[in-house]
Amino acid sequence: MTDKILEVRGLFKTYGGEKKRGLKGLTPKLDVLKGIDIDIYRGDVVCLIGPSGCGKSTFLRCLNRLEVPTGGTIKFEGEVVDEAHIDKLRQKMGMVFQHFNLFPHMTVKENLCMAPVLLGLKSRPEAEKRADELLERVGLSDKANVYPASLSGGQQQRIAIARALAMDPDVILFDEPTSALDPEMVGEVLELMRELAHTGITMLVVTHEMGFAREVSNRVIFIDEGQIQEDEPPQELFAHPKNPRLQAFLSKML
Amino acid sequence: MEFLQNLAANLSEQFVATFITEQRYMLFVNGLKTTLIITLSAALLGIVLGFCIAYVRTTYDRTGKMGFLNVLCKVYLSVIRGTPTMIQLLIMYFIIFGSVKIDKVPVAILAFGINSGAYVAEIFRSGIMSIPVGQMEAARSLGLNYTQATWKIILPQAVKNVLPALGNEMIVLLKETSISGYIALQDLTKAGDIIRSRTYSPYFPLLSVALIYLVIVMLMERLLTMMEVRLAQSDR
Repeated sequence: MTDKILEVRGLFKTYGGEKKRGLKGLTPKLDVLKGIDIDIYRGDVVCLIGPSGCGKSTFLRCLNRLEVPTGGTIKFEGEVVDEAHIDKLRQKMGMVFQHFNLFPHMTVKENLCMAPVLLGLKSRPEAEKRADELLERVGLSDKANVYPASLSGGQQQRIAIARALAMDPDVILFDEPTSALDPEMVGEVLELMRELAHTGITMLVVTHEMGFAREVSNRVIFIDEGQIQEDEPPQELFAHPKNPRLQAFLSKML
Repeated sequence: MEFLQNLAANLSEQFVATFITEQRYMLFVNGLKTTLIITLSAALLGIVLGFCIAYVRTTYDRTGKMGFLNVLCKVYLSVIRGTPTMIQLLIMYFIIFGSVKIDKVPVAILAFGINSGAYVAEIFRSGIMSIPVGQMEAARSLGLNYTQATWKIILPQAVKNVLPALGNEMIVLLKETSISGYIALQDLTKAGDIIRSRTYSPYFPLLSVALIYLVIVMLMERLLTMMEVRLAQSDR
């Protein structure tokens, strides 16, 4: 577990402060991330927790540059994450969104095959074979040829996870994967993520599911006010929270 | 009884005067042909033009690239939408092509196509903007670049969303070509008008022209419904 997969140094993200047409002066500034340093190692299952608006989603989205950082550097597998290399790097960095974001005009199977085929990573038969395997794995083989609109939220999120896996990524970023789901569907998605964690893939999960964080992750990171306040194994962090903010946060969550 | 007989005789007389005498139905046939040629070609030109403009405008909005083209597009939109179609047609014929001998049909196609392009551009733009940001993000997160994501993910969904508005514009375009007579083009409307001036009776020629337009529009509506049904197969 000493193989470093992600290295973040001095990550800053500020919203606003831009000149917009029809507006006098600059837009109001909001500092979301104020200097984040962290190393993620291969096989890590990291849960990011913290109050709403603390910057945990922004941090995750900076990693694959869906948000462009204002300052600092991010290295993924030794390469700097910048505009020039981003499309290549994203192929190895999957993402699962809160609102699934499946492509509604494609069948489930096409959702899985589209990117690997279009990007020339797999031939169509290879991609379809892999899609079948993945659908089997997420328990939705019978849905291969339906459109996403006919699926439940839980099923859609499982497909979204399969879509990320279809790229054979080294890291998967989960941005509150269960927050948009009905309570009864949260279980099936968490169960799938748990199985995934046991395969040894590196995962970064922004979540409010403390049970999941405690049982599945090997590191829990508590972010507040744009900075990492705690970075501990879950047993330690949940049993002996040192930071007063973390204590207050946990007392509200549990 | 006599009244009805008179009416029947009168109608058949008018029908003959409108369609049969001097083979006037050929005026309708040729007029309709001209109208359809202008409409279809202008529609094609408008869609291509509108699509390109919408692409430039949304790309500028989302990535900040193509700033110069974006300005050009905005000028084009303002000018075209800010002046009457008929004036544009007259300018095209009497000023831009004023000093060259050229067939009138291409002139009309150019004028109507350029005009329609401005409206189609905004229709496409609204379609592109109606697709949630998450779709672009999901596509980009898989490693697609902006162009791939736009073509593969955004545009197919956008086209489906704009179909009703686009159909609307096509119908408007068809009817707008009826001003082609102002550059002495014998389109369907002009044909009806010529016959009216020869028979000295407006009813039959003008109502016939109206009916022909109506039938074409209804056919277009049919076609649109078929396309919408086809594209709706991914809906729940």
